[in-house]
Amino acid sequence: MALTLDDVRRVAHLARIEISDDGAVSILRDLTNIFELIERMQAVDVNGIEPMSHAQDLALRLRDDVVTEHDQHALFQSVAPQVEAGLYLVPKVIE
Amino acid sequence: MHHATVKSLSADLASKRLSSVEATRHFLRRIKALDSQYRSFITLDEERSLAQARAADARRAAGGAGPLTGVPVAQKDIFCAKGWLTTCGSRMLANFVSPYDAHVVEKLNAAGAVNIGKTNMDEFAMGSSNETSYFGPVRNPWDKSTVPGGSSGGSAVAVAARFAPAAIGTDTGGSIRQPAAMTGICGLKPTYGVVSRYGMVAFASSLDQGGPLAQTAEDMALLLNVMAGFDARDSTSLERAPEDYTRELARPLSGLRIGLPREYFAAGLAPDVDRAVGEAVAELKRLGGEAVEVNLPNMELAVPVYYVLAPAEASSNLARFDGVRYGFRAPEYSDLLDMYKKTRAQGFGAEVKRRILIGTYVLSHGYYDAYYIRAQRLRRLIAQDFAAAFEKCDVIMGPTSPTTAFKLGAKAGDPVQMYLSDIYTIAVNLAGLPGMSIPCGFDAAGLPIGLQIIGNYFAEAKMLNVAHQYQLATDWHARVPPGIE
Repeated sequence: MALTLDDVRRVAHLARIEISDDGAVSILRDLTNIFELIERMQAVDVNGIEPMSHAQDLALRLRDDVVTEHDQHALFQSVAPQVEAGLYLVPKVIE
Repeated sequence: MHHATVKSLSADLASKRLSSVEATRHFLRRIKALDSQYRSFITLDEERSLAQARAADARRAAGGAGPLTGVPVAQKDIFCAKGWLTTCGSRMLANFVSPYDAHVVEKLNAAGAVNIGKTNMDEFAMGSSNETSYFGPVRNPWDKSTVPGGSSGGSAVAVAARFAPAAIGTDTGGSIRQPAAMTGICGLKPTYGVVSRYGMVAFASSLDQGGPLAQTAEDMALLLNVMAGFDARDSTSLERAPEDYTRELARPLSGLRIGLPREYFAAGLAPDVDRAVGEAVAELKRLGGEAVEVNLPNMELAVPVYYVLAPAEASSNLARFDGVRYGFRAPEYSDLLDMYKKTRAQGFGAEVKRRILIGTYVLSHGYYDAYYIRAQRLRRLIAQDFAAAFEKCDVIMGPTSPTTAFKLGAKAGDPVQMYLSDIYTIAVNLAGLPGMSIPCGFDAAGLPIGLQIIGNYFAEAKMLNVAHQYQLATDWHARVPPGIE
């Protein structure tokens, strides 16, 4: 598999990271080297091996349906870039 | 006073030979006078630290103290601490004053420990040299032209330079053990799930684990006693009965089976590191241990597997940094999409962006099975290798890092070389096992070498026992960097 500049631009768009044309070239070089390392995985037969997502085989816990959080929106919004009337402000998305 | 261990400082506080306010002032004075040459701290807040010290002294006087009451502890800047700037080494969070405490911070506060300051780190814990920090690199006190390791480099240097008797860090692929090895101190990554991840800024959630850094194994046991414990707010926190991690420290090592994986002593290992680790094993044999050869045949896959899984989890975790709810927002943008893209382009550094892009790619349509699922299957093989090895031994030993501290800039331009410096630590995170590094000697240039001790799940007390007995018989852990008086 060979990564291309188009791959880099597509992935950067998916990740919502702006990259310049020069930046894309150097990122392509780095990612190509890193994927050479990653490709070593392809040498091993993994048929029949169950994927391991997690170190401990845990079931998600259930808890009683009771209120555990109290309203702290003013505190949490105090660190937001732009807030008005309890709302987070972002550029207009609907005309 | 600043050479004191947690244990001896705690004894001095208990006997009233020293107050926490005096100790806290002393360490703060040292940091302000000397840290400009290392940059191990990002934030100090004298008033908050001293308020905690005064409260600890009052608690000592009232008779409600524990071992950590009044003891200064440095905190990696990945732990949210209420009212403290919590930057995670990133421009993205350079203005983020945490509105809440991490579980570990709550536990340290409840124990009466004093937060002496927030330590420098690789940005979002992504790095092995502390060079990716937005706040500049940390320098190694053993040789200021070398790196201290990473990502918990600031925490490691804070202990090595005697700015605090202990520190807390996090370890996703070696970020506690590797800097501990490179700065001549001790570091422990517990079994995954023992320490709550709540309030630790997330990097790779199935691998991240908090742990202590200190001068001695005994001190790490005292810290882990406070840090460990169930927390319902972390869905992977384990519900287990509390343990006293000091309980086995005094046990003799007779009959200890030390597993030596052939793969840990292969090509790429620096001769001085090989020699020092061999001498440490010989010392442990004199103390009653016996060496057993074990195999970890899939070890060489650990780095490739990690660089699929960790970036995949990181790309998902770091999606939250969008310039809307907290942290950095780009000053200029045209619309919402442009705001996201510019905020993330300007707020993240090069290594963080690189890993987000790797992660986004391996999770994207058409590549998910070939990379992400395959890596998860290999992860199981790696865990199974350790399980087979632990049928033949009680602990596994090897080097923490293939080399001692390298020069600043030596690997900064070559991500693959940087990634390979964690070759001996990464597999432990993939398996979810506990791992530790303790000092075991020096190379020809006088740089410290770390011995890695890997235990089976929940074997922290056994590993601390082995390390403590080794430290009773040797003095590598008591060596101090040149110029630290």
